[in-house]
Amino acid sequence: MKELEYPFDPSQLLSKRRRLRKELLADGSKRIKKKIAVLGGSTTSDVVKISDLFLLNDGIECEFFECEYNRWWQDAVFGNSELDEFSPDVVYIHTTWRNAEGYFPAVTSADGESERLLDECFDHFKQAWDALYEKFRCPIIQNNFEMPPYRHFGNRDIWDKNGASCFIAMLNVRLSQYAQEHKDFYIHDIAYTASAYGLDKWHDLQSWYMYKLAMALDAVPYAAHSMTRIVKSIFGKNKKTVVCDLDNTLWGGIVGDDGVEGIQIGRETAESECFEEFQKYLKKLSSMGIMLTVASKNDHENAIAGLNHPEGILRPDDFITIKANWDPKDRNIAATAAEMDLGVDSFVFMDDNPTERMLVSRSISGIAVPELTSPDEYIRVLDRSGFFETTAFSSDDTHRNDMYRANTQRAQKQSQFADYGEYLLSLEMKAEILPFSAVYIPRITQLTNKSNQFNLTTRRYTQPEIESASEDENTITLYGKLADIFGDNGVVAVTIAQIENGVADIVLWLMSCRVLKKDMEYAMLDTLVSQCRQRGVHTVKGNYYPTAKNSMVKGLYADFGFEKISEDENGNTVWKLDVSSYENKNRYIKVN
Amino acid sequence: MTESKIVSELNEIFRDLFDDDSIEVTRKTTADDIDDWDSLEHINLIGAVERKYKIRFTMKEVSSMKNVGEMIDIIMERAK
Repeated sequence: MKELEYPFDPSQLLSKRRRLRKELLADGSKRIKKKIAVLGGSTTSDVVKISDLFLLNDGIECEFFECEYNRWWQDAVFGNSELDEFSPDVVYIHTTWRNAEGYFPAVTSADGESERLLDECFDHFKQAWDALYEKFRCPIIQNNFEMPPYRHFGNRDIWDKNGASCFIAMLNVRLSQYAQEHKDFYIHDIAYTASAYGLDKWHDLQSWYMYKLAMALDAVPYAAHSMTRIVKSIFGKNKKTVVCDLDNTLWGGIVGDDGVEGIQIGRETAESECFEEFQKYLKKLSSMGIMLTVASKNDHENAIAGLNHPEGILRPDDFITIKANWDPKDRNIAATAAEMDLGVDSFVFMDDNPTERMLVSRSISGIAVPELTSPDEYIRVLDRSGFFETTAFSSDDTHRNDMYRANTQRAQKQSQFADYGEYLLSLEMKAEILPFSAVYIPRITQLTNKSNQFNLTTRRYTQPEIESASEDENTITLYGKLADIFGDNGVVAVTIAQIENGVADIVLWLMSCRVLKKDMEYAMLDTLVSQCRQRGVHTVKGNYYPTAKNSMVKGLYADFGFEKISEDENGNTVWKLDVSSYENKNRYIKVN
Repeated sequence: MTESKIVSELNEIFRDLFDDDSIEVTRKTTADDIDDWDSLEHINLIGAVERKYKIRFTMKEVSSMKNVGEMIDIIMERAK
């Protein structure tokens, strides 16, 4: 919904919240359901209501628990039966500088006193996190601290150990260190949000005195937007690909008219510098695993020539695919998504031309189309939109571009073979299929949250849930890594089966679409069955729950040789396989 | 700025905020007349009125306002 995309109008969101909510709920889109406990050190009502809108827009329908006013610490440390019963999927601790104020050193404090107070303040917060994590084993989002509205020492406040600004700065470093050392702990950088908003406008003291609202009412949507970027990222709702227009988007001018020498990129002019910085920004995104593609109305050779401009940063190789032609862009983008085997709702389309933006946003549902006004705003709009908010970051992310490029090469090799089996043999595939181990747990969790197509049950897991599955002796867990002559795909398949009375119930079976049609699923099944035999399991049970995206695996269990035992009115099917008569299916992959 | 103009503008603000097109505010309207008008929604209402008229109510005004009529009086006074 346009109203909820950056740059949004905060007053619209606040005054039309109910109507927007109604419209979102009525738009027919499917949403995952989650529970968020908001533990606040100030009034949280509007933060919750506006967060609700942003999350609905991200495909997440949330139920919220709000603690009583400023009871965040008591509820966390001493517990609250209502909160226990609520059993959150995420806890958000909405505290601000007001909740640290009591620990600020006096201006005349002796040496060492400010350090002691810092420890005390940090421990107070840590006690709450520990208690919450112990109890709920779920992600915790904690605000850091924005700078206070006044400084007794003036500029000295930031370096004098007894200055409040110095205290806040050091406390924030402690929080960041804690986040570096603890998984499932995420900092909501309210300090950044407040400074971006403007500290004087942010600190509306009247709102504090009257309503105990720790920021200006109009700043609430910015805080809510920023915090909910973390939530949607945790639940796998990030974007994955940026589709770029070329002329006046990646460089100034029109390469077809102005020629390569005529386009603005590099250091020669203010305009060219602006496009250079934007290209640099995109290049860094790409190094983080965000994929870039091109959709441009240009002759292909002109597009390539523009991307080879001597002063340019992005090169043709930085893009997974380049669609430079005269077809409508929506068609080019749909084709790109199909080639990459990605849902088009994971795309962001960057184009300076409002007509193209309108065409694409109207004809492709779910694609993000940020409003681009002037080129010097491109970075800020892309950055603040939070499309790529990073919560989990694995080495797989940094290699994603290589993997997708290798896929293109595989597709080319395939065309050289008449027989598909021969092609598969030529790939010299090697798989590692083993029970979950600690180093792969972040990647496994990530896969459970973002695989939609080759996913039989679409069950989402948090990291602690994956960990506990891997420790449970009545659960078979398997991850599969697949490598071939073109490169290592990393972890691409995940299976979880729960054993009860000699029956292994497959509660999760997923595979990344990167490795479709490689027989990796057969290798996984062979390993699962052999694990079952070792554990005396006689029957394997499979479940398929249809969603809007997973029809490709509707017949998977039938293909595996399972027998269908039931089907309900929603198309949910249950299957079973007799372990004793099973014969291995994988012929092309060398396992372990 | 006439009182009737302000009443109709406030009416629009109320209808938007409470998403209820049946609302008809008058000078006598108070929080008791509108179901969703609680202390938390009051913050939003004050904020929406302040944005509309580009004014800022003082803390004293916010805490002493008894009904929509008093709100109108303050708006007319400020917008002079």
